[in-house]
Amino acid sequence: MSITYLEAIREAQAKALADDPRVFIYGQDVGAFGGAFKATKNLAQEFGGRVLDAPISEDAMMGAAVGAAIEGMRPIIEIQFADFSTIGFNQIVNQAASLFWRTNVSCPIVVRLPSGGTSGGGPFHSQNLEAIYSHYPGLVVMTPATVEDAYSMLLEAVAIDDPVIFCEHKFLYYHLKADKLPTEALPVGKASIARPGRDMTIVTYSAMVHEALAAANELAAEGNEIEVVDLRSVRPLDTDTIMASVARTGRLLCVGEAWPWGGVTAEVIARVCSEGFDLLDAPPQRLNAKDTPVPYHPNLWAAHRPTARSVAQAARKLLRL
Amino acid sequence: MLLARVLDDKFASLYRGGKIHGGVFLGRGQEALSVSIGLSLRKGDIFAPLIRDAAGRLAFGETVLEAVRTYLGSPLGPMRARDGNVHRGRPKDGLLPMISHLGAMISVVNGALMAHRFKGISGTVGAACIGDGATSTGAFHEAINQAAVERLPLVLVIANNEYAYSTPTSRQFACENLVDRVTGYGVEGHALDGNNLETCLKTVQEAVGRARRGEGPQMIVARLLRLCGHGEHDDAHYVDPLLKKESYARDCLKLAEEHLLRQGWAESRDLETWRNEAVQQVEEAVAIVQREPAPDPYKENWCALASKHLSEGNNPAA
Repeated sequence: MSITYLEAIREAQAKALADDPRVFIYGQDVGAFGGAFKATKNLAQEFGGRVLDAPISEDAMMGAAVGAAIEGMRPIIEIQFADFSTIGFNQIVNQAASLFWRTNVSCPIVVRLPSGGTSGGGPFHSQNLEAIYSHYPGLVVMTPATVEDAYSMLLEAVAIDDPVIFCEHKFLYYHLKADKLPTEALPVGKASIARPGRDMTIVTYSAMVHEALAAANELAAEGNEIEVVDLRSVRPLDTDTIMASVARTGRLLCVGEAWPWGGVTAEVIARVCSEGFDLLDAPPQRLNAKDTPVPYHPNLWAAHRPTARSVAQAARKLLRL
Repeated sequence: MLLARVLDDKFASLYRGGKIHGGVFLGRGQEALSVSIGLSLRKGDIFAPLIRDAAGRLAFGETVLEAVRTYLGSPLGPMRARDGNVHRGRPKDGLLPMISHLGAMISVVNGALMAHRFKGISGTVGAACIGDGATSTGAFHEAINQAAVERLPLVLVIANNEYAYSTPTSRQFACENLVDRVTGYGVEGHALDGNNLETCLKTVQEAVGRARRGEGPQMIVARLLRLCGHGEHDDAHYVDPLLKKESYARDCLKLAEEHLLRQGWAESRDLETWRNEAVQQVEEAVAIVQREPAPDPYKENWCALASKHLSEGNNPAA
């Protein structure tokens, strides 16, 4: 028996609904249809009345989530594609993110964002928005890279008393598989070492963890041991684990699928440079998507995002510096 | 509404004396409508007032002290000096603190009402206040449509006060009357002159009653004139003098007082006594708050998360 990343998300929601009557799911097509990606398959049938189809109104969906949270519910909002969350952006960053600080009333909501590129997705079904949400105080931003983390972190997201932006990667939905669901997990806020190594650190998250691991395999064949750090959550950002890894390796490459200006890779490098400059044997490097909207055609798309090949190339260059 | 007027006047004078940081936004001319909302709601209901709803807030249960503490930035106020002026409330008591983005509070009321439904609480109502300007936002449209789809007990009160800051309604919408939109949304509508207390009380109570009985969302459009600037920094020189002659532009407080005298329900000395009592109540609150300590940045925890262990704190590398 095996379970996919997408099925893990479905199972986590089923468990959250079963364990806690305060949990409900609200989003477009999530009801009887089971969601655009089937992440809520059969949940409306199993948990009658707590899995609701929403009108195409991301602003009102998010506003309603905040109101329901104030009244003691724990809503999970499925945004059909992360890209569309910009319509609900105001409610997320101004309403949900500021509520606790302003009023001392917590705002336990989960916003599921099917994120990232898949071939053929194009400019409006491929975006990675973790950087822009991480910018706002009052939000937790999760970026699970494994089936196990997709499951355990989603359950943790529901349990957390703050608004959580849950960036689940569409590219991992179907092909990433695990034997079984986890029974224990690292707490949110802790990065993990996805592969140990001594020659260089690659810090990355979400789907790029797998590109980095493939690149590390390639480089191992050339005699270089690359350490891959999976951030798991980008807000909070586990600076300690990053710094400890850089202390071991002296070299840092930071990889993200999001656009290059600012963002997670820039934040990681800023922290390492200001806190651990003396740990570095070479200038830290970063690799991101190209600085254009995400292209539609597979040839262009594959060249737009970092891949195992471009990560390996960047790593080789850094090893020579 | 008299207390709200007196409180607003005090805020205006404190503002002119340089005692208030940031803006001051008054409800002058809108008290009859606003107080009718507060009086029509009861404990357990949800209320999302806007910037001109001091009267409704007081009627719903906010205290003068809370209002003054928020305007003067007292750490003992409900917003603990982290937010100020009209951005105040007590969410757990159903009084939602507005954000500045117009139309955004309506769907929050919807969500609270959905929560009541999930929890099996029936008979509660949610009221949201907005002005003519907010009817142009996507948030307004999304939220009233959402309330209609879910058939929520929402009472949406639109104070059409002729101007959104300086923009006249002719640049805001092109329909004859905002209440005509109800057919498109599938909700019930009520139009009235917003400066007549009796009409306001009757209409708002009826709409709230209908919502409470499960008859779906209600939209009230009240015509009135804002008898002040957008904020106290604004002299409202742009207001068309002809509008000031309209019957709906007369001061609702004066009209209500005249009505009381005409009906023989009060004499002028009663009105004077009530006003003096209100002034005293407000002055006492201001005197209390002015003696309270100012917020101390060193005592502030600078933590935006309820989950303290996930907060990265003030130092990004901490």
